[in-house]
Amino acid sequence: MRVFMALAMSITLGAGLARAQQPVDTEKELEKYRQMMSDPMSNPGFLNVDRGEVLWAQKRGSKNASLEACDLGEGPGKLEGAFAKLPRFFADTGKVMDLEQRLAHCMETQQGLDMADIIRRRFGAPGRTSDMEDLVAFIANKSSGMKYSAPLAHPKEKEAFAIGQELFFRRSDFMDFSCATCHAEEGKRIRLQGLPQLNKAGKDAQATMGSWPTYRVSQSQTRTMQHRLWDCYRQMRSPEPVYLSEGLTALTLYLVKQAEGGEIQVPSIKR
Amino acid sequence: MKTLSISALLLAGLCILGPARAQDAPKPDAKRLEEVTKAMWPKTPEGWEKRISYDETQAVCSQFRNDLPQAEFDKVRARELATIKLPADGKVMGDWKAGQRFANDGRGGTFTDRPMTNGANCYACHQMDRFELSYGTLGPSLVNYGKDRKYAAEEAKAAYAKIYNSMAVMPCSTMPRFGYHGFLTEQQMKDLTAFLFDPESPVNK
Repeated sequence: MRVFMALAMSITLGAGLARAQQPVDTEKELEKYRQMMSDPMSNPGFLNVDRGEVLWAQKRGSKNASLEACDLGEGPGKLEGAFAKLPRFFADTGKVMDLEQRLAHCMETQQGLDMADIIRRRFGAPGRTSDMEDLVAFIANKSSGMKYSAPLAHPKEKEAFAIGQELFFRRSDFMDFSCATCHAEEGKRIRLQGLPQLNKAGKDAQATMGSWPTYRVSQSQTRTMQHRLWDCYRQMRSPEPVYLSEGLTALTLYLVKQAEGGEIQVPSIKR
Repeated sequence: MKTLSISALLLAGLCILGPARAQDAPKPDAKRLEEVTKAMWPKTPEGWEKRISYDETQAVCSQFRNDLPQAEFDKVRARELATIKLPADGKVMGDWKAGQRFANDGRGGTFTDRPMTNGANCYACHQMDRFELSYGTLGPSLVNYGKDRKYAAEEAKAAYAKIYNSMAVMPCSTMPRFGYHGFLTEQQMKDLTAFLFDPESPVNK
């Protein structure tokens, strides 16, 4: 937080100076700030990883079961590399699922957890931890150093990708925005915030998707892709998209395919 | 929320479009897509009943990835032009200082906002006052906008109309249709026009 304040001050001061002299190289300053924050030893996202590890093994719910029999696509209880291949098709549900949908499925069917409570706490807040954010941080971390490689082989996976692509370009609501409004060109910004180009495979998509879940300094919480997309639609002035809905998974699949071959390093830390 | 029959629109779009572009995956089944979007947003939030959720222009811009064939382009432009309501008093210039405030304000209109006067958030995408360093680059720079147009009354009127409905000028423009959607009030659009066209405005300094 202190670093953040210092940076905010230096930007303010910088802007003041720039009026008199010349513009500071803002992008360089921001890059320095990002580097200061990304030290893994000081990333609070690893607290979520630790909590997630406990939650994974803990016997809970009406069935007094842990999640250790949960199949995330690589076999029951197999965590290494599972996140790198999601979202994917699961024969037992007949659906393409992302990590959060799959976890919700296991929590409900194998543990008998109170899903209303899980969903109420889907996004952590001061004084309220989120089991989902903790578990996602823990499981995604088990794919750190690996590369995104969703199978995209089953017809339902191909259908989900096509739906995700349509949603990416779907303009709607109060401001006529789609994902593509901000993320279909190279090197653009909103205010000073750089915008990754996500409609084509390559480094932008790899850097973006490879760094989610992430600890958001501005929110003091570790956030998942479900939250990222929820917040995008909020900023687009759309109605609130339903958590764990099929469309969000389709969009995620579209995005991880653009990020294919990109290395996963999570949880990361971001503004 | 006003919603057209999405499947009808999509089907119409698919017939016009023919084969998908090379870099695109095959189009999904239109009915499935409608099902999926319906499940993402199953009900209209309270107080949002008058908001447009998906209109004909949005549908065709989505379908063609904002790159319309000429016939569609002309159709959209004519349709959007017909929605523009210029101020009844004939004046498009308001208070540039108020316009400056709205241009810098990005609040309002989200599902976590209380009802409030919406900011126009121009700086999210445009450079305006050259001394404001925090500006986005999705839209063109508007530095010297009025000066470059010799402060002509007709140009100011055109700017008001463009803020009201950008797609009447450029179908499938990235810029929101602020007046058409009722996102900004008439007074706000006048103030923003003044921010662009008043010789005293920092945009022209």
